[in-house]
Amino acid sequence: MADEFDDELDLNTLNDDDLIDQVHDDLYNGMKDEIVEATNILLGRGWAAERVLNEALVEGMRIVGVDFRDGILFVPEVLLAANAMKGGMEILRPLLAEKGVAPIGKMVIGTVKGDIHDIGKNLVAMMMEGAGFEVIDIGINNPVEKYLAAIEEHRPDILGLSALLTTTMPYMKVVVDTLKEKGLRDDYIVLVGGAPLNEEFGRAVGADAYCRDAGVAVETAKSLIAARRNTRAAI
Amino acid sequence: MGCVASTLIIACGALAREIVALRSINDWPHMDVQCLPADLHNRPEKIPAAVREKIRENRSRYACIFVAYADCGTGGLLDTVLLDEGVERIPGAHCYEFFAGSSVFDALADAEPGTFYLTDFLLRHFDRLILRGLGIDRHPELLAQYFGNYRKLVYLAQVESVVKVGSAQLAAQRLGLEFESRVTGYGELQSSLHRVHLGGVSWRN
Repeated sequence: MADEFDDELDLNTLNDDDLIDQVHDDLYNGMKDEIVEATNILLGRGWAAERVLNEALVEGMRIVGVDFRDGILFVPEVLLAANAMKGGMEILRPLLAEKGVAPIGKMVIGTVKGDIHDIGKNLVAMMMEGAGFEVIDIGINNPVEKYLAAIEEHRPDILGLSALLTTTMPYMKVVVDTLKEKGLRDDYIVLVGGAPLNEEFGRAVGADAYCRDAGVAVETAKSLIAARRNTRAAI
Repeated sequence: MGCVASTLIIACGALAREIVALRSINDWPHMDVQCLPADLHNRPEKIPAAVREKIRENRSRYACIFVAYADCGTGGLLDTVLLDEGVERIPGAHCYEFFAGSSVFDALADAEPGTFYLTDFLLRHFDRLILRGLGIDRHPELLAQYFGNYRKLVYLAQVESVVKVGSAQLAAQRLGLEFESRVTGYGELQSSLHRVHLGGVSWRN
């Protein structure tokens, strides 16, 4: 019955509020085609790309993130939701770029040496981009030299280090210690994340913060960037 | 005098069959086993509290307690609990590390970081935990997201079996990975339990 109903649902017939609710539901259910369609409908109704992004996609993924945190959703559902969001993002990205809105910050992110797991890192990158950050994703299995080259080239505000394995997460300390040795540590906000990490570990490796999920990463990045800019303005 | 009187092994459910086999092979009838659900690995942050609860439930009933877990993705939090409780665990990061042995495992991981490991438990439950658990059966498009960065599947066999090697090879094919098989036996699980049997554990009544 539900499938029949969904098949018959014409997103064009929904008013804006109902359509946004529907986008949240469709994101939750990982329905990429519907997200693409709804994104186009909202743009066609004159919504700014930024508004579609924030009210429809980012808010929808926030709900997904909360239910993942609470153990209601699991990794497959989150991945499907993220894939659906990507469908919408692909439409919005060029429109946002066209507007020339300055990013609220720049992040270099990558998975540490020895670790090829990138699901969490990809989610963070996507949510950071959705929140208005410029994200330079340097991929997986990064030795410290690659991080150094990337920050030299891109001059980010934030360096994001990701690891899934207990055996690879200590490498984060290698990266942070190298930044210290080179006198670069205070130039960047260092965020760390990954399933086996915790706040204590984040402190121990010398990161500015441990982010337990993509939603927390976005909020932490925003608040630390604001704090840093306030500090600099006060000097 | 070892822990012959009464010993409790608090184990991950993924090791239940192997521990029961070792108990039988080595004639350790005094060794009781209580397992926590293997599914806790989906939420490793819940493992330390679950282990602590199990220790406290049983502390007055046993002369010795030992924990048959590796770090298992708890990022050191299991060790914090065990230090607090004065109970030891099997050394290593994961069960595939203590089955293979740390030096072999390190060499495998260094040679190919994109290696996915199967133990006998994971092979037995491959469809439920990997294909269904990760949603690949319902959404084959997710396969690349989970395994796109992997190159190889290494089957670490606790018990040698031509049939199981065939199943593991099929699993590798389904994930699109190269295949390698190694017979590890029970590795450091066996040596750890033997040490427990001899009384070489820190917590004893």
